[in-house]
Amino acid sequence: MNAILAIARKDLRIEWRTRTLLARVVPFALLVLVLFAVALDSEPLLLRAAAGLVWLAMLFAAMLLVQRSFDVETADHALDSLLSFVSSPSKVFFGKALSMFVQLFALAVVLLGAAVVLYGARVDGDGVVLLVTVLITATIGLSVVGTLYGVVVANMSGRDSLLPLLALPVLAPLLIGAARATEAALGSDTIDLANGWAWVALLVTYAVVFGSAGAVAFAPLAQSDS
Amino acid sequence: MKTGTTTTRVLGIFALMITTWVVVSAFFLTPADVVQGDSVRIMYAHVPTAWIAYLAFVTTAVASGLSLTRKHRTLGFDRVAGASAEVGVLFMAMTLITGSLWGRLTWGTFWQWDPRLTTTLFLFVTYVGYLAIRRVDVDPVRRARRSSVIALLAVLEIPLVHFSVVLWRSLHQEASVLNTDGDVRLDDLMLFTLFSGVVAFTLIFVWLVVHRQRLAAMSDVERLVGLDVAITARRAESTVGGGGR
Amino acid sequence: MVGLLGHDNGLYADLTARENVEFVAQLVGAGTNDVESALDRLGIDSRVAAARAGALSAGQRRRTALAALVVRRARLWLLDEPHAGLDGQARAELDGILRDATRSGATVVYTTHESEVSGARIPRTITLSGGIVARDVDSADPS
Repeated sequence: MNAILAIARKDLRIEWRTRTLLARVVPFALLVLVLFAVALDSEPLLLRAAAGLVWLAMLFAAMLLVQRSFDVETADHALDSLLSFVSSPSKVFFGKALSMFVQLFALAVVLLGAAVVLYGARVDGDGVVLLVTVLITATIGLSVVGTLYGVVVANMSGRDSLLPLLALPVLAPLLIGAARATEAALGSDTIDLANGWAWVALLVTYAVVFGSAGAVAFAPLAQSDS
Repeated sequence: MKTGTTTTRVLGIFALMITTWVVVSAFFLTPADVVQGDSVRIMYAHVPTAWIAYLAFVTTAVASGLSLTRKHRTLGFDRVAGASAEVGVLFMAMTLITGSLWGRLTWGTFWQWDPRLTTTLFLFVTYVGYLAIRRVDVDPVRRARRSSVIALLAVLEIPLVHFSVVLWRSLHQEASVLNTDGDVRLDDLMLFTLFSGVVAFTLIFVWLVVHRQRLAAMSDVERLVGLDVAITARRAESTVGGGGR
Repeated sequence: MVGLLGHDNGLYADLTARENVEFVAQLVGAGTNDVESALDRLGIDSRVAAARAGALSAGQRRRTALAALVVRRARLWLLDEPHAGLDGQARAELDGILRDATRSGATVVYTTHESEVSGARIPRTITLSGGIVARDVDSADPS
C-alpha cells in the first residue's frame, strides 16, 4: 500500500511541477466542449448531448494524460529500474492508476462545471448522489484502462496514434455507461434515475474487470526483456 | 521457398469445389424469399463470413492463451494468433459490408444501431488495433507476449461491449425504426447451401491461416539469419582488425 | 535483490536528485538517514541534491543513480559502463563505492571499455574480443 501511494505521489509531484494537466489538458478538453457547441449549433441539442460530450472530452483528454504519464517513466528508463526493485509490478500499475484517477477526477469536475455554464446543464437534488457515484466509478474505469494500455504503447514509436486506436474501443462500454448515467443524473426526458443506477452497476463491473486484468497483465507488458 | 504442401493443396481444391457449388446453388438453384426476394441470397455469403470472423477471433484468443502459458512453441502459437486475426479482420469487413448491403435492401438503411451490429463493429476496430500493434517492429518474443495479452484483454472487452450495447438499446425509449429482424423460412436446399457455405469458408479460413503463419515463420527465420550474418560480420571485422581493443 | 544500472540512469528529470533517491528509499523501506548517507557517500552536496535531475550534468546524474543503488542495498550489482561520463576523480570515488559494496557482501559485475580502469583489487577480469573470451584473469586464484 505504501508503495502504491509513493508511486502515485511521485507522479502527482511531477504533474504539479510540470503542470501538464493544468496548462495543456484542461484547456484542450474545454476547447473540445466549445467546438462541439459550435459544431452542433443548437441549444436544445447541446443540452441533450451534454453528458455524452463531457465524457467524450474526458476520453480524449485521458489519452493525453496517459501518454504523458508513461513518457515520464520511459524517458530515462525509470520504469525498468522501478520494476527491478518494487515488490510487485501490480503496485506500479495501481500507483500510476491512482495518480491518473486524481487528475482525471479533477478534470471531470471542471468539465461538468463547463457543461453547466456552456450548455445550460442543471444538477438538482436527487441527481447529485448519482452524479458523484458515476464520476467516481467511471473515472476509476478510465484510469485503469488508460494505465493498462499506456504501458502497452510506452516507448513505442507511433504511440500517439496507437494508444487511441487500442484503448478507445475498449473504453466504448464505459463511454456508453458514463454518458447515460450522467444524463440520468442531470435530469433527462429519455432516462430516469433508476436506469441511471443500472448503468452504475455496469461501470462498477467494468472497473473491477479491468482493474484485476491490469494488475495481472501489467508485469508481462512492462518487462522489456526476457 | 514455398508455403504450400500436399495437405494444403488438397484443402485448397476442396475449398474451391465447395465454393463453386455454393455459388451455383445460391444464385441459381435456391428459390427467392417470399418477402425479401433475391436479396435473401446475400445470406449465403453473409452468414458464413460472420461465422468465420468469430471463429477467427476465438482461434486468436486460444492461440494467444497458449502462447502466453506454454513454455515451448510460444512464437508458433503467436504466429497462428496473428494469422488468424488478420484473416478474421478481413472476414469481419466482408460481414459488415454484406450485412449493410442486405440491410439497405431489407430495412432501407445501410446501418442499424442494433446490439449485434454494434458489437461486431467494435470487435472489428479492436482487432484492427491488435493488428496495428503487431506491426510495430520489436523482437518477436516481446511482440508475442504483448500481442497475446492484448488479444486476451479483447476477450474481456467484447462481452462488456455487448452487454452495454444491449442495455443501451433496451433503455432507449424511442421505438425501433423497423421491426423486421430478417428471419427467413429456410427450405432444405437453402439450409444445405448455407451449411455448405460455412464449410467452404471454414476450409478457406484454415487454408489462409496455415499459409499466413508459415509466411510469418519464414520472415522470423529470415530476421534471425540476418542477425546471425551481422554477428558473424562483426566477429570477422574484429579478428581482421587485430584482435580488437 | 539485483541492482541494474545501464546506459540510462533511470531518473525522473522533473524530480530533484534528492527526491529521486527518496522515492527509491520509500519503495524499499529505507529511512531518511539512509538517503542522507547515500547522498554523502556519493558526494552529492545539498545544492546539487535540490536541483532537478534533468538539469544536472551527466556525472551528477550518474552519482544520483548510484546513490539510489546504495539506498536499495542491492546484493548483486550489474553495471553497464558505470565509468562512462565521469572524470578522473569521480572514477576513483566510484571504484571506492564499488569496493565498499563488495566489502559489505554484495557482488559487483561491471563492464568497461578502458582496461586501465579495471586495475587494482578487482578479483576477476574477463576480456572479451569480438564476442569471444580472450583472457580470464582470476586474481583470487593463486595459480
